[in-house]
Amino acid sequence: MNKYLTVSILVGALALSACTRPDRFGAGAGAGADGMGVGAGAGAGFDQAGVGQSGLGAGNPNSPEYFQQTIGDRVLFAVDQSTLSAEAMATLDGQAQWLQANSDYLAVIEGHADEQGTREYNVALGARRANAAREYLISRGVPANRLRTISYGKERPIATCSDPSCYAQNRRAVTVIAAGALS
Amino acid sequence: MLTRTIALLLAPLVAATLLPAPVTAQSGPLRITISEGVIEPLPFAVPMFQAETGGAEQIAADITRVVAQDLTGTGLFREIPASSFISTPASFASPVAYPDWRAINAQALITGAVAVNGNQLTVKFRLFDVFTGAELGEGLQFAGTTGGWRRMGHKVADAVYSRITGESGYFDSRVVFVSESGPKDNRARRLGIMDYDGENRQFLTDSNSLVLAPRFSPYGDRVLYTSYESGFPRISLLDVASVGRRQITTVEGEMAFSPRFSKDGSAVIYSVSTGGNTDIYRTDLGSGSHSRLTSAPSIETSPSLSPDGSRIVFESDRSGTQQLYVMSASGGEPQRISFGEGRYGSPVWSPRGDLIAFTKQNAGRFHIGVMRTDGSEERLLTSSFLDESPTWAPNGRVLMFTRETQGASGGPQIYSVDISGRNLKQVPTGGFASDPSWGPLQQ
Repeated sequence: MNKYLTVSILVGALALSACTRPDRFGAGAGAGADGMGVGAGAGAGFDQAGVGQSGLGAGNPNSPEYFQQTIGDRVLFAVDQSTLSAEAMATLDGQAQWLQANSDYLAVIEGHADEQGTREYNVALGARRANAAREYLISRGVPANRLRTISYGKERPIATCSDPSCYAQNRRAVTVIAAGALS
Repeated sequence: MLTRTIALLLAPLVAATLLPAPVTAQSGPLRITISEGVIEPLPFAVPMFQAETGGAEQIAADITRVVAQDLTGTGLFREIPASSFISTPASFASPVAYPDWRAINAQALITGAVAVNGNQLTVKFRLFDVFTGAELGEGLQFAGTTGGWRRMGHKVADAVYSRITGESGYFDSRVVFVSESGPKDNRARRLGIMDYDGENRQFLTDSNSLVLAPRFSPYGDRVLYTSYESGFPRISLLDVASVGRRQITTVEGEMAFSPRFSKDGSAVIYSVSTGGNTDIYRTDLGSGSHSRLTSAPSIETSPSLSPDGSRIVFESDRSGTQQLYVMSASGGEPQRISFGEGRYGSPVWSPRGDLIAFTKQNAGRFHIGVMRTDGSEERLLTSSFLDESPTWAPNGRVLMFTRETQGASGGPQIYSVDISGRNLKQVPTGGFASDPSWGPLQQ
């Protein structure tokens, strides 16, 4: 049973990777801000990143896949809200522990909104959500200078069905990790 | 005779001169008043403009169509088809056979003529009040290059429209917008520019990075927009003629967005988000000096200046939900002006100063609406799954906005509607399009 579970997690990781937005930093996916270079071009699927980690997949607790799949790279929000639910905080607790154990990584927290709002307000709301996650991670011991935030407002939905089940998935803050140490 | 030459900031050059009037012009009863009542469109006839030089027949026909479509497109005029004409003018100078036009109930008659010499184009027209039997206003002649033929058609239509409605026109104008393509979860976006009727579409940027919410400058020469080109939302300034662009240095913050020009185009007002808080700032484009206009822990964004530059309307959720507030343009205590059910956003101050248009969300529906600048007399003009981001025509009597349809295959289109809520229609953009910003009437 465990073998099948691992396989399904790997498959899930690949599927999730396909959805991950690659160009958080504009041109040159995954790179851009000083000190945050990543080997892989697509930003998704860090198998080639090779920052001193061996093995692949979510089996390795220091791998990005583990962060994305097992820890969980995202938290969700209620309509118009940026407060963290208990479940969100639990996910962020796990993120904080991982980031402290893997100090080679920096993170950009992306805030998003669903399409039920005006464009510019949603950019601001996404920023508020990203910041809420960031503040919580800092309160859990992650150094502030390893965390940046960005908002995409409603411009980068992952679920497009225009009903509450899809909207709920879009109201999210995603912690995107990239290898790179502060000097 | 009065001669006016109007210099242009942008090609093509169009100059206008008055023609000598054969009879004393008078404003007769040929008048439409744009109000909220039901209007019977005013029937007009525009026989094909005369080609006064050889080979100008096609361009004359094309210009005639632009004039007719501009007027008909307002919903205020109805074209009497050429097949109904009893007679047509033999030449531009021919006397008008008023009985022939009265017989087919053409209340307004537009005659015109076109001449082409090399790449030089001249277009002239006269407008007649058929039932009074007299010319309305004076004839005008426009001169420019053949590349500007559409603009000349629009200028003729603007003159006719303004004489009959008493409002200034809006047809010789352009709109900057965001052209969108691809699937809903991976949209490519690029800035585009087009004539108000959707013609002459061109791209201003490529689609390599996300661009949002462009705004035309007061003179139509530059565009401000939010760009993710650098990886994070920043404000970019683009020169329309050269298509050159640069990033504006704003107040420091994590994100800068929602830029607008000041009334003389010399400064930018915009939002900056830091630490999750968003406020409104102003930066002088020449000196680079900054000032902070709001200072609250809530979200303040989407500012819009009054036409005299003295006040700003903006969107804030300080009360708990998104509402509209007005404050002095130098900052200060804002007054809330929205009080209905639901959430209000993306306010834009009419160029006439009399109304503020906005997006309203209530009970799962979106609306474009208008209200007086003190918040009174709120009227909703549209209703759909997602209408947002209105922009005003230069004469403050028509709005364009984004309408998006739902679901994975849904997408945005640009629509226009007049302030009475009539004449809702799509602006043809050849694909998905959003975030229109309507520029000024061109000189």
